[in-house]
Amino acid sequence: MKFAVIVFPGSNCDADMYHAIKDSLGEDVEYVPHTASSLEGFDGVLLPGGFSYGDYLRSGAIARFSNVMPEVIRAAEAGKPVLGVCNGFQILLEAGLLPGAMRRNDSLKFICKPTILKVENANTQFTNAYTEGETIQIPVAHGEGNYYCDERTLSELKDNNRIVFTYDGENPNGSVSDIAGIINEQGNVLGMMPHPERAADSLLGSKDGLKLFQSIVKSWRESNAVNA
Amino acid sequence: MYKVKVYVTLRESVLDPQGSAVVHSLHSMNYKEVQEVRIGKYMELTIEKTSRDIDETVKELCEKLLANTVIEDYRYEVEEVVAQ
Repeated sequence: MKFAVIVFPGSNCDADMYHAIKDSLGEDVEYVPHTASSLEGFDGVLLPGGFSYGDYLRSGAIARFSNVMPEVIRAAEAGKPVLGVCNGFQILLEAGLLPGAMRRNDSLKFICKPTILKVENANTQFTNAYTEGETIQIPVAHGEGNYYCDERTLSELKDNNRIVFTYDGENPNGSVSDIAGIINEQGNVLGMMPHPERAADSLLGSKDGLKLFQSIVKSWRESNAVNA
Repeated sequence: MYKVKVYVTLRESVLDPQGSAVVHSLHSMNYKEVQEVRIGKYMELTIEKTSRDIDETVKELCEKLLANTVIEDYRYEVEEVVAQ
């Protein structure tokens, strides 16, 4: 399986993402600059964390209009897996690929620490290697991870099992319903604030994030075997 | 030429943690009469006059980029000026 790691000016987790895919997961991966106008040949798209365009105006607001984004949207519409982590999640929200918006953390502080997540839905192409209700340790590092959506959107997310990860115990940012990660209606676009790529090797203190990437590969192999 | 002033604030229904922190600080300075502070952004745009309606242009660029209408409200003022 071949992944694209999209690199925006100000991305700073692109190398971590690349390393997790190449060395921990053992799959093909390439950096793709924000100026690219094609994602041809890639089976999955990864939007890494960082501070694209300096977070000017709002996190993700400017990156959402960069040259590569229509291609990311096209990949999402074609059913390819698209994962946005941290700033990547913020970009997916701004692009309208996922509902809601991010506010400043309720503490107004930048928070960088390990968090415990609960896998709320293990029946997605991003979480099939986990078990439902399993708790995992994945670090967060953000100043704007306070997820917000209106009541109607929230009940839609809940009713359709689209809240994939929640913070278990302490909620670090004040997000609605302790949301840490949500998926789109079609189930192929996941946005999450915690960084699975920073928890893909025991050297980093946890390898609980690796299963997320393994899930993507597993789903991809299964669907391609069916199509073959 | 137009000078356009755009104000973006968090919607009433959305808690503004920065505003709340500023209210607390003002209260501790003994300005007990301050009830609420909403922090927002102020932007000044200089826009060339075209055949297109200026309101239409400003609304469009506010909704596309300057404000995120999921959590923010915007308002603006347009002033027509003579180019220098």
